[in-house]
Amino acid sequence: MVDHGKLSRQIVLPWHQVLRIAWQSVKIRWTRVAITTLSLMLAITFFSYTLMTFDILNAIWPHASDILRHKIILAGYEPLGLSSGHRVFGASAKDIWLLMLAILVCLVGITNAQIMAVTERFREIGTMKCLGALDTFIVKIFLCESLYQGTAGSLAGAFLGIMLALISLAFKLGLKVFFFISVVSMLKNVGVSFIISVILSLLGVLYPCVMAARMEPAIALRHEI
Amino acid sequence: MKREHFVVRLNNVRKTFVMGNNRVDALKGISMEIAQGEYISIMGPSGSGKTTLFNMIGALDKPSEGRVFIDEVDVSQLDAYELAWLRCHKIGYIFQTFNLIQAMTAIENVTLPMIFAGVHRDEYMEKGMMLLELVGLKERAWHRPSELSGGQQQRVAIARALANDPAIILADEPTGNLDLKTGAEIIKLLKSLSRERGVTIISATHDIKMIDVSDRVVWIRDGMIERIESRDKLKVSVGEVA
Repeated sequence: MVDHGKLSRQIVLPWHQVLRIAWQSVKIRWTRVAITTLSLMLAITFFSYTLMTFDILNAIWPHASDILRHKIILAGYEPLGLSSGHRVFGASAKDIWLLMLAILVCLVGITNAQIMAVTERFREIGTMKCLGALDTFIVKIFLCESLYQGTAGSLAGAFLGIMLALISLAFKLGLKVFFFISVVSMLKNVGVSFIISVILSLLGVLYPCVMAARMEPAIALRHEI
Repeated sequence: MKREHFVVRLNNVRKTFVMGNNRVDALKGISMEIAQGEYISIMGPSGSGKTTLFNMIGALDKPSEGRVFIDEVDVSQLDAYELAWLRCHKIGYIFQTFNLIQAMTAIENVTLPMIFAGVHRDEYMEKGMMLLELVGLKERAWHRPSELSGGQQQRVAIARALANDPAIILADEPTGNLDLKTGAEIIKLLKSLSRERGVTIISATHDIKMIDVSDRVVWIRDGMIERIESRDKLKVSVGEVA
């Protein structure tokens, strides 16, 4: 039995309730969530595609015949060095610049979408605070929602990126590329994608939801869209 | 002399909103006392400060000057945790726009304050169902607000307001978005709650039907109390109007 009423400061929201409430919110706003997730997915797809392409090229290069090597270079991939070591292909300064830009644009897009999404829910936030929610409950629920989006975006993006890399390489270099797929490199790809995606989605929601959670309930309730 | 215990006490409460260069005095020094179990209606034209007063009594906004006491506790002295506890346990809120959480079903809306209060699942589900039964919506427990009519949504909101057995129910224009008949039903429900459970009901309203059930009516004009009429006097003045 929970002893309530004695301690006049105790207000709780267990994590399993946070997860449940966040999941319900995501479910009911399916389209909006899908659009935010899509923008995450696109950035992650680009990232994952680049990473996967270089991984496969690096795996193929030491075993490639001169004809295949010629094909690779003709396809537009430039070896960074001509050593016979493992990391022959990698992101050039231009690639890194493009990746950073993609991630930055994605972050701005997500923040924008989250500001709108949080603003739409001012009244809901005000209501929750009337029912006794602490500011941290609101922040937890929003962070959890964006975590769901980040996870979905990273998984979908990594999958799509890897598939695109494989298909495009198979198209350019032949089906041989499938022999050089490494599970470790794929897992690493998914892992890094996940971390980037979650960081992006959390960064995107942090500012709007902290601002919203700190509002006086009266002001949040007065808000009309 | 033994002082009476008031569930709500306002002491010269003022509220000023600053909008750009304009200062709007929404409340210009309101003092009043409300005893346990009273049914109070706050009446006045729009823009008179009803909702601002409602927010002060409900600890939803801070006064610019003056003090608000709920159960003889000065609200301005409370920290965030105590304030949340007060809103969760002592006060139940009902709004003109119902303000149910759209993503949640009726039963989930009703049980949310009990989750915040740390009540065990079995207990909050049982009580939630009991409260929905009380407002006549047990069969609609698993429906979302979008699947309920206005009157039904307001009844869910009333059940939610009762979740933690609050001492006070604050209703801001509870019948404002409802048709006459549904509005009358909601008023009847609130009155029976006040009578049977001894809950103090404070309602900001435009609705003349509220007068019939109120113990006292506080008339607000331009951020000040114009007059407070008790039940016996009300009969006379309403009679004269009619």
